[in-house]
Amino acid sequence: MNKQVISVLLLGLMSVSVKAETVFVTLEKDNALALIDPVEGKLIKTVEIGQRPRGITISPDYKVLYIAVSDDNTIKMLDAETLKIIGTLPSSDDPETFALNPKGDRLYVSNEDDSMVTVIDIAKKKAIKQIKVGVEPEGIAVSPDNRWIVSATETTNMLHWIDAKTHEIVENTLVDARPRAVTFTADSANAWMTSEMSGSLMILDAKTKQISKRVQFEVPGVPKDKIQPVGVVIDKDNKRGYVALGPANRVAVINAKTYEVEKYLLVGQRVWNLAFSPDQKRLYTTNGVSNDISIIDLDSQTVTKSLGVGNYPWGVAVKP
Amino acid sequence: MKVLHYWRAMWGIIWRECWRFITQRERFISALVRPLVWLFIFAAGFRSALGLAISPPYETYILYEVYIVPGLCGMIQLFNGMQSSLSMVYDREMGSMRILLTCPLPRWFLLLSKLLAGTAVSILQVYVFLGIAWCYDIRPPLLGYAWVLPALVLSGLMLGALGLLLSSFIKQLENFAGVMNFVIFPMFFMSTALYPLWKIKESSTFLHTLAQYNPFSQAVELIRFALYSQFNPHAFVYTLVAFIVFMMLAILGYNPSKGMMTRKGNTA
Repeated sequence: MNKQVISVLLLGLMSVSVKAETVFVTLEKDNALALIDPVEGKLIKTVEIGQRPRGITISPDYKVLYIAVSDDNTIKMLDAETLKIIGTLPSSDDPETFALNPKGDRLYVSNEDDSMVTVIDIAKKKAIKQIKVGVEPEGIAVSPDNRWIVSATETTNMLHWIDAKTHEIVENTLVDARPRAVTFTADSANAWMTSEMSGSLMILDAKTKQISKRVQFEVPGVPKDKIQPVGVVIDKDNKRGYVALGPANRVAVINAKTYEVEKYLLVGQRVWNLAFSPDQKRLYTTNGVSNDISIIDLDSQTVTKSLGVGNYPWGVAVKP
Repeated sequence: MKVLHYWRAMWGIIWRECWRFITQRERFISALVRPLVWLFIFAAGFRSALGLAISPPYETYILYEVYIVPGLCGMIQLFNGMQSSLSMVYDREMGSMRILLTCPLPRWFLLLSKLLAGTAVSILQVYVFLGIAWCYDIRPPLLGYAWVLPALVLSGLMLGALGLLLSSFIKQLENFAGVMNFVIFPMFFMSTALYPLWKIKESSTFLHTLAQYNPFSQAVELIRFALYSQFNPHAFVYTLVAFIVFMMLAILGYNPSKGMMTRKGNTA
């Protein structure tokens, strides 16, 4: 009887314990990568990574980190466990943002200065194609069904739909001023894209390639010009999406069915990029001006902690 | 004298005070209106005034209205403490204080009961206020609502003791305005209720020092930490010592042979 009680208690304890994970944050000004334990709420360490690291992502098997080291004009591949550099990818000049396809064998890089999207074969570590797009490409995403690559160009104000098989542009959609980040819903049916200048979020239908819905952000007490949407993520159940509102220091919580803004969460200054924890229980934000990250508990929809990480945190990726 | 007599007397005093508060609907509403005006109107104007530095017990950025809630809880207790002192002066003028003090129980016990009664009323007000703040989306952790109770008891006793002490000095009801000007306002504005210490330091180190040693600041910090399930030992000790000092002085003040009552003549 006692044994049973103890096992029930132990099981209970195990179920409430939070799984540890590591959050990787690129520090644009420190030329470094910060490692954070979000459960303990502490900075584990900071490692030198190269000149001006920005975009970061992790392979689908969580084994390899890809980091755009902008001023070194390369994308570095790191072993996510040992943090040893295991390779570099030819990214062309000043790489900032990139997207990995679902299989993890192709990387698509926005080359802002050259108005190009570079397609990299990861196994061969070679650029296999360069696609001419509009001026200043920034946001880039691959649909989960691996059919589309979308590239948002900041100056042309367009979203370019690139066929993932032929690497040809199939359609261009005119969007709101200065589009920044873009992402797909898990079912690949819609792309969500932020517009920095117009303070909006656009929902684009992948079939028609047109804007089907527009969400305008208004934060009480914050001037309109401070609302500059940048990073955007959508949960895998397609229940809610989250948009980083830059100098408004808020993350907007959007109902993915009704497209209503449910809440604005106060985070650090100039919130830029977002990443979910692998179990999608938490959301991490990089706050460029206040030099910290904020941790959002998604069950209670509250910001639980903000943690100093180093100068100019930019990109964020999470490993279980 | 049996414990039962003590209990009966204490319960009688507490119940009288609570009953007075509950039945006086205007008093109940006006006690809530004051902090709510600060929360809904004043704090709205200063929404983005804070948010540059994270200071304990907060672990992330907060809106100004979140910051001032513990301060407004303290304000409720401060005003309540003063209100109790006002009612003591009134009781003294009306003669009911004389009846109370002629009760065959120690004077310190009667004053402590009076103090507990005032504190109970203030805690009632604070919880109603916290409930309204919860509806306004100011939601400290649930456990914080339990942890804040002992903090409120101590801060309520300290501020009540201060009120008692002041009431021993006040000769007539009309003099209460002086208490408002010379005690309540300086205590409230020169504290961490409305702005954190680091913010006060930015404008004046002298004000910062005053705010730091203001017992009301320490009471507010005790409430603030407790509301976020944390214990602030410094604020606890400071508030406790302040309570003991104020209480002893109040007992002295109400002592007919030694206290202020003698100097004021036979007003009680």
